[in-house]
Amino acid sequence: MVRKLINGNYAASYASKLVRAEVVAAYPITPQTAIVEMIADFVASGEMKAKYVCVESEHSAMAACIAAASVGARTFTATSSQGLLLMHELLHWASGARLPVVMVNVNRAVAPPWSVWADQTDSISQRDTGWIQYYSESTQEELDNVILAYKVAEDPDISLPAFVTEDAFYLSHTYEPVDIPDQKLVDDFLPPFKPKAKLDIDDPHGFGSLSMPHQWYMELRYLIAEAMDRSREKILKADKEWEKLTGRNYGGLLDEYKTEDADVVLVNAGTAASTIREVIDKLRKEGKKVGLARIRCFRPFPTEEFRALGKKVNTIGVMDRCYTFGDGGPFFTEVKSAMYQLKDRPVIKNFIAGVGGRDITMKTVEKLYDKLFKIKKSGLDSEKEWVDLKTPEVV
Amino acid sequence: MGKILKSYKDLPHAPITYEDTVEAFKTGSWRTFRPIYEESKCKKCWICWKFCPDVSIVVKEDGSGIIFDYDHCKGCGICAAECPAKCITMVSEE
Amino acid sequence: MMVKLPMPAEELVSPGHAGCPGCGACLALRVALKALGKRTIMTVPACCWAVMPGTFPNCSIRVPILFTAFETAAASASGVRAALDAKGIKDVNVLAWAGDGGTLDIGIQALSGAVERRDDIIYVCYDNEAYMNTGIQRSSSTPIGAWTTTTPVGVNKEWKKEPKKSGVEIMVAHRIPYTATACISYPEDFMKKLQKAASIKGPKYIQVLCPCPAGWKSDPEKTIQIGRLAVETNTYPLYEVENGVYTVKKPAKTKPVKEYLMTQGRFRHLKEDMLNEIQGIVDTEWALLLRKEEMTAKK
Repeated sequence: MVRKLINGNYAASYASKLVRAEVVAAYPITPQTAIVEMIADFVASGEMKAKYVCVESEHSAMAACIAAASVGARTFTATSSQGLLLMHELLHWASGARLPVVMVNVNRAVAPPWSVWADQTDSISQRDTGWIQYYSESTQEELDNVILAYKVAEDPDISLPAFVTEDAFYLSHTYEPVDIPDQKLVDDFLPPFKPKAKLDIDDPHGFGSLSMPHQWYMELRYLIAEAMDRSREKILKADKEWEKLTGRNYGGLLDEYKTEDADVVLVNAGTAASTIREVIDKLRKEGKKVGLARIRCFRPFPTEEFRALGKKVNTIGVMDRCYTFGDGGPFFTEVKSAMYQLKDRPVIKNFIAGVGGRDITMKTVEKLYDKLFKIKKSGLDSEKEWVDLKTPEVV
Repeated sequence: MGKILKSYKDLPHAPITYEDTVEAFKTGSWRTFRPIYEESKCKKCWICWKFCPDVSIVVKEDGSGIIFDYDHCKGCGICAAECPAKCITMVSEE
Repeated sequence: MMVKLPMPAEELVSPGHAGCPGCGACLALRVALKALGKRTIMTVPACCWAVMPGTFPNCSIRVPILFTAFETAAASASGVRAALDAKGIKDVNVLAWAGDGGTLDIGIQALSGAVERRDDIIYVCYDNEAYMNTGIQRSSSTPIGAWTTTTPVGVNKEWKKEPKKSGVEIMVAHRIPYTATACISYPEDFMKKLQKAASIKGPKYIQVLCPCPAGWKSDPEKTIQIGRLAVETNTYPLYEVENGVYTVKKPAKTKPVKEYLMTQGRFRHLKEDMLNEIQGIVDTEWALLLRKEEMTAKK
């Protein structure tokens, strides 16, 4: 184990090297570029024995990964924002084809206007694609999540693609000390990829095919649904195994911090969780019982965990770093939906914060906890609130 | 192989085919014209076999002539049109 | 097989596929796989050949085949080759097999990318000169003057006004080791070109003319004759470009383009003036092709 000062992007590169990715097909896009540049360096130096395909677009990147995975190779790619949106069609393809492609997405705002800064619209727009979806909070977690993603994705009971996100700049470019595990540890944890089926001249099959309404399309989709449901246990199992090997654990699908006795809880995904933790520590010293529930896995959605949380805590604020126009923040909507079956449902408020990379400061988070306490006392004011928005009243 | 699919439990994990179309799709039912062969006139050039898009002409092992796979022949008439000996005639399927 | 056949005996396409009667593209793949053999992995995007092999769990194609999204035939072929290389699997043809739409329109970016990267693939564009799988809409490969559903004739004479985009010349401009045209009416020639391609490392492109009775409004039994006329009238010349050197096959006797056009209902609306214009275009292109042959000849 080596300790290095690296950023989220390099953590992803190291992870792809440690998992011995065989084919990497990627297209540069700010702020992901460092990932693919470091991989190119690893390949050039001989440290990584991957075939690196300099594709001419993100769409081709995912196409090449799907094809390579169909031959039985372990594949890796990375992208962000516009690139992820361009690949969208093929994200559906990868899951429909049941291929364990693993991708890192740097969460970046979508244009227009152009913005390279942190925003979760890009990955949230992929929520229906049948991919397992991890949201990382720290550089260490980024590295670990990528390795864990392969473990879960390649499990023969699962065989689904997975992506791991990191917030633009806050995680992709921020340097933190990271324990880079030994190659042997990763090799033991993650043996070579054994595909359930592959393009093989000694055993020809047709991959993809066609299916009519009265035939097998619906059933094949049902199989994906079952596999995604099974992935929950596999995620927790892999986490446990990883903890035994490294001592690190990220709290499962819903990473809770001081929620056991919390009066109010904020829900969020990504790096703002770190800021929230700092505020919790500060407010707890003042006697305020506040907590955090960080969504680590958005797919499969931590429904069970949210229902358990909803039974404990009656005032929850869900922070979205994106928005579903015409409805509400997507995390908010899904949390609400998870709580619906509870007899006594908590009050849930949607805070839309940090869109387009706007900084979420400790002061802002304190303000949000304040609002939650007010709501706890006097009831919900408005269901949705855009935080630190430049309104005429404010400026 | 030929596993019969009854429920989703019989499916492979992904849409991966495992059988060709010989038994599954007897496209001979598409025909409106059928090729009729006169072996005595046949020059054994195998041009008909060469040009059949439906893989529905089989050359006999001993080279004495051809056999039409009427289960699959769609009656396009290319064989009749290309045969230099004119030993194939297209006849209405009645 | 005791008998000597004009092509290898083994059938790598099974009967029972859903191709139209007289389909040129069906013959094209049957011939191509005879040329390349069992050690071939195919990538096939949305096109007629994505549908003709039948429905799951059946497939008429007896080599491993990856059905892919529309614009990704070439990118997928790159991915297949990268994985084979990563795994040390050698002596396997990677064959991208796509229609003219998937090659020259929606797929052209991926094609350009793959060949520019010099990926070791054989790319065959089976050219039936329109988006046939979706019901005969025009592609950039549709020849000038042709009727299609999106270039219908009507009172406004909206047939395709633009000349056919040359996929072959685009590939030549990428300076790839081998580019060729072919026609299913000349299967031995097509096979030779495929085998030559298979013997070369790097990107190879072959565009094979496949008359389509449904889309060209022609007689299914005349598919082979029509292909021959395309070549004999210089409308679809047979030529190869190997490392920049052009080799053009000259027909024994050149026939007037009209003879080819009149076999197909898609040209039926053309009057004398258009027929002459098309003859002019064909003549100009042919003359240019011969000059390229001259210019690039090895001294």
